Amino acid sequence: MKIKKGIPLIDQTDDLGFWGGKFGGNFVPETLKKPIEDLEILFNKLKKNKKFIAERDKYFKNWIGTPTRFIKLENLTKHVGGAQIWSKVVSDANGGAHKIYNATVHCLLAKQSGKKFIIGDTGAGYAGKMLSMAAKKFGLKCKIFMGAKDIARQQPNVKAMKKNGAEVIPVYSGSQTLVDAVSECMRFWVANCDTTAMCVGSTVGPAVFVRICGWSTSQISRELKVQLVDEFGSIPKKLKLYNCVGGGSSSFGFWNEFMDYDKKQCEFIGVEAGGPERSKKHAAPLTYGSKIGILHGALQYVNQDSDGQIEETESISAGLDYPGISPLHCFLKDTKRARYTAASDEEALRAYKIVTKFEKLRPSLEPSHAFSVAIKESKKFSRDTVVVVNSCGDAYKDKGILEKKLGKKYVKFN
Amino acid sequence: MLNLISLAFKKAKYEKRPALLTYTVAGDSTIKQSLDILKSISKNVDILEVGVPHNTPVADGSQIQTSAYRAIKNGIRINDIFKIVKDFRKFNKIKPIILMGYYNMIFQYGENNFLNKCKVSGVNGLIVVDLPWPENKNFAKKCKKKSIYFIQLLSPTTTKGRLKKIIKDSHPMSYFISMLSTTGGKLKVSPKEILKNYNEIKKINPKKEIVIGFGITEKTIDKLKSADGLVVGSAICKEISKSLRYRQNPVTNVSNLVKKLKNKIK
Repeated sequence: MKIKKGIPLIDQTDDLGFWGGKFGGNFVPETLKKPIEDLEILFNKLKKNKKFIAERDKYFKNWIGTPTRFIKLENLTKHVGGAQIWSKVVSDANGGAHKIYNATVHCLLAKQSGKKFIIGDTGAGYAGKMLSMAAKKFGLKCKIFMGAKDIARQQPNVKAMKKNGAEVIPVYSGSQTLVDAVSECMRFWVANCDTTAMCVGSTVGPAVFVRICGWSTSQISRELKVQLVDEFGSIPKKLKLYNCVGGGSSSFGFWNEFMDYDKKQCEFIGVEAGGPERSKKHAAPLTYGSKIGILHGALQYVNQDSDGQIEETESISAGLDYPGISPLHCFLKDTKRARYTAASDEEALRAYKIVTKFEKLRPSLEPSHAFSVAIKESKKFSRDTVVVVNSCGDAYKDKGILEKKLGKKYVKFN
Repeated sequence: MLNLISLAFKKAKYEKRPALLTYTVAGDSTIKQSLDILKSISKNVDILEVGVPHNTPVADGSQIQTSAYRAIKNGIRINDIFKIVKDFRKFNKIKPIILMGYYNMIFQYGENNFLNKCKVSGVNGLIVVDLPWPENKNFAKKCKKKSIYFIQLLSPTTTKGRLKKIIKDSHPMSYFISMLSTTGGKLKVSPKEILKNYNEIKKINPKKEIVIGFGITEKTIDKLKSADGLVVGSAICKEISKSLRYRQNPVTNVSNLVKKLKNKIK
């Protein structure tokens, strides 16, 4: 299994949609074969179309706001005393997280295909919030599927979705989190695929959804590449890119443009959600050696029992609380292009405390996982090492959890 | 020897009626009860579909989900399902059994192991909801070697060209999904429209048996009786849920429902 150079990773699939012959694919009910094929044809055509790309870039620039900032965390760097720590503040994007890129592209595709309705899943609520924003912008009617447990713990985003005119549909089946929201969303699509477009909120699902999402979030690394050259004159000799990994959309987007660099120069570190320290449950299939199985239409590493029942996960961060992982990351792991590790709930909270103490930055619980590992490892790196952490979401949505866990003094939100 | 499924269709044709297929979830609500239901309904059913419960089903509506979660909660494992089939076979040697489920369960068990186990337990056919054509080509071949029918699913969204290719590769029985829906949806297309689509598909190769499923209840079954076979699933799962809620005996209630269904298509 090998990554090819010079070809975008999203396009390195075989005829059946597998990366490396064993990750991804299309394990879907017959009813979805046609709509998925239609979407593939449309996407393959439009991603080469200059007019479409210009339109995408117009919305990215004027509406989402590009580029998001690339800043040095001076105080944190001093405190840690090792590598230079930088952050790509993707939470600057309209709506406060990277999910806006995928949502915008899906709405543009839905418009092109003449669909009037769009549906999507959400965990932390960002994918749902962004899809509701984009749907409103492009005049599409929108339904968001969200686990009942997540609705309770991510209220600010639920309110935002409703304000944007989306219908939020609570999902009560299973663990009532993201995994069930994606299943329910796919079921709704099975029954309504003739009128409705589906947006999968991360680089998961049948192959075409993995590809569309990865293509969309790659905006992050396109910007970062330019910003690195502006800052350092060239791509630094020792660059380490830290990103949290749930489904894997922000991390893939953060790394994509650096794929062909030698990993000794540009190292990718993915941080999964290890769950509470005292619990056996986690959302870290790559770190804790889960077996390959099928979830939501794709072969991937996934938490499951020996019968193949998908196991419940546990994480303080709703956005990472998913038993599977993008086929792209499975491919990156097996080819050893990226390195994966996990941070626990407690470690993420401690990292949040440290970052907010030293910097004017308030990463949500998801990127706090990445900060945790970045801070720990930076201590050991030389000063010419450039560590960049993707702060891919804003903590406003987590204010309830943070207040409960850390007390009011850590939670000053406007 | 003729596969029991083909034999069941022959018998129904001889009696000038469509074959009646039922779907119940293995282990719903307990292992014993699901076996008792199979035994009890088998005298009025031509082919028994036994659901392998999975906890992330992407094509099942709420009724079947409820049944599946109930079975999983009560501890059903794959080997228990093979045991149910085996025990049923001791009781009835000719009624065909089809296992219906999601591919991950087979993938984890190992395709070859799974098929061997099917063979020794007495399974006659398999429906794998999320293993469409052409992804299923290899597995379908393996099934054929074991004389187990791999049942292809056909949908209203399946294009004409694709239909021809699937039917060409198909085993003697296929399954036509009546409408765009998860299982148990309300019939949102008229039976006339469904039969029109159905007959178009039948024309491709009239020798292949094609059953219709999704949205079929006591109210709609008689309007579709020109088909080779009709599947009722969610309505039965619903009956089990209802029986449990009112503390009635699911075995009796489901058997009565199946008897009524049978009378409608006689």
